[in-house]
Amino acid sequence: MIPAALPPESWLEQAPLLARDAVTGLLPQSWRWLAGSLLEIAALLAGFGLLFAYLTLAERKILGRIQNRPGPNRTGWFGLLQPFADGVKALTKEDLIPDGADRVLHFLAPVVLVAVSLLGFAVLPFGRHLVAVELDAAVLYFFAAGTATELAVFMAGWASRNKYSLLAAMRALAQLISYELPLLLAVVPVVLVTGTLSTTRIVAAQAGWAHGFIPRWHVFTPWGAAGFCLFMVAALAESNRSPFDLPEAESELIAGHLTEYSGFKYALFFMAEYFGMCALSGMAVTLFLGGWGAPAAFLGWIPSYAWFTAKLLVLLLGFIWIRATLPRLRLDQLMRFAWKFLVPLTVLNLANAAGWALTAGWTGPLQLVRWAVALAAVVGPFVVLGRTLSAGTAPRIYRYA
Amino acid sequence: MLGTGILQGLLVTAKNFAGSFHDPARYTTLEYPEAKPVLPEAYRNFPFLVCDNPDDPMGTLRCVACQICEKECPPQCIYIEKSRDKKPDASGKPQIYPAVFAIDTSVCMGCQICVEVCPFDAIKMDQVYEIATADRYGALVLDRAQLAKPNTYFHAIHPTEAAEVDARLAADRQAAEEKARAAALAKAAAPAVPGNVKSAVAPVAKAAQAPEAAP
Repeated sequence: MIPAALPPESWLEQAPLLARDAVTGLLPQSWRWLAGSLLEIAALLAGFGLLFAYLTLAERKILGRIQNRPGPNRTGWFGLLQPFADGVKALTKEDLIPDGADRVLHFLAPVVLVAVSLLGFAVLPFGRHLVAVELDAAVLYFFAAGTATELAVFMAGWASRNKYSLLAAMRALAQLISYELPLLLAVVPVVLVTGTLSTTRIVAAQAGWAHGFIPRWHVFTPWGAAGFCLFMVAALAESNRSPFDLPEAESELIAGHLTEYSGFKYALFFMAEYFGMCALSGMAVTLFLGGWGAPAAFLGWIPSYAWFTAKLLVLLLGFIWIRATLPRLRLDQLMRFAWKFLVPLTVLNLANAAGWALTAGWTGPLQLVRWAVALAAVVGPFVVLGRTLSAGTAPRIYRYA
Repeated sequence: MLGTGILQGLLVTAKNFAGSFHDPARYTTLEYPEAKPVLPEAYRNFPFLVCDNPDDPMGTLRCVACQICEKECPPQCIYIEKSRDKKPDASGKPQIYPAVFAIDTSVCMGCQICVEVCPFDAIKMDQVYEIATADRYGALVLDRAQLAKPNTYFHAIHPTEAAEVDARLAADRQAAEEKARAAALAKAAAPAVPGNVKSAVAPVAKAAQAPEAAP
């Protein structure tokens, strides 16, 4: 799958490596690996910290536009300094800890959450040469690290000693564990087809263009498209984003597990939420959207990390768009959706991908058969399951009271 | 099919997003301190005193301190003290004027009753809304210097009402002039027929009015 001869690389492609080497070159040989790692961590923190800051601004501006208002536009040029004003505000606010709270756990929860949600970035290949840690089981590591966020959320809910926090934490646990399953099952087909758990090799497997112009990204196969959609739905739920933001259902639970948090700890929770969103989107890009690969051969001169960033931003904007559109689900709807709809579809998709992998050698008219069967295996179950599950509940007829 | 509703919803929000950049109907926000709303003509909040000459507002107040508004005001927010002397009003006639005219805007409820009862069209409703102040007591009680605003301002905020008021005042003034002229004529004619004043005045007054009414 990997093209025999890679095109000559521009200096832009090499720029991050050159910058790193320029800094580590100042140190003695034995220190370079440590300095290099620290630099990578610093770059990740700075990059995603800035992305987080401007993502909150973009979200507020876009939500505003969708709701026929301008959004924040007073702080700085077009409101560009708003994230920093928010940061200063969060830092200067009083940090309240309830009397009955478990002080240690109450403090640890946001710290653990941010720390854990940062772990996932280590294995994401941001560019051809930009992966912090090359792991053979990177996908496994990514999801194992991501699961620890559930612990932190429950920690926050439990340590606050507040009924709303605790209820919300229990909801969050139920939701996160339920959606962990479809999330992982949506990833398995990719592992099955590419035969590797390494993120860099998964990206390499999607290199090249079919018929010279269609990228060999997994999203352009029937099982890949279905897997991508299922993954994104589960990712929405995993990152507590609307319409799955039940743990923070204001009307029922005040601010959920964040009720007893204020000041910078509150900001840390949001940071973790956005980091989680970014990490899952980055994983979706890696698994289904060809990672850092360019969509067309003639666009190869644009550095790989720019492509990764562009794809990541598109997915993040999609998250915001969905948030602006959909109302929140009810808890029973959420559970039903996960267990009765997403899980069966992901299992069927796994079978579909297995069939796709087995028929890789088919050529000529058999190719058409392969595509038709795979498409039917995606659309058929979706329609049948959708009809059966929504029978009697949809379309809903609204009557005035 | 399942999911089509979501796609329709996404389309609606996308239309709103795109529309907010070019369609004023989809972007209704007015960025207030920089852009002010165009108030409807009937908008009103607090009363103000109309004066005829903006260069001498205190001298040309239409108010004659009759105190009807003070008595009618439901929340009792108007305070008037009559002057001891008289000053000529806009038409030159000596009138009592308000030595003190104060409205407590923290009490005023904007009911417009003072405007309804004023026989001199001296008090009208204003359209000011940027009247926030740091002083709860003194600054909310407006004195007559703060309340006096020229007739041109009244025309600017309530054009229809102001035109109607001006026309009526002009007609009244004209009628008064004619009456005065008729009285003068009658006075001139009176010595000739001292016994029968009524029968003498009536035809003369009619004769005086006739050429005036023709154009």
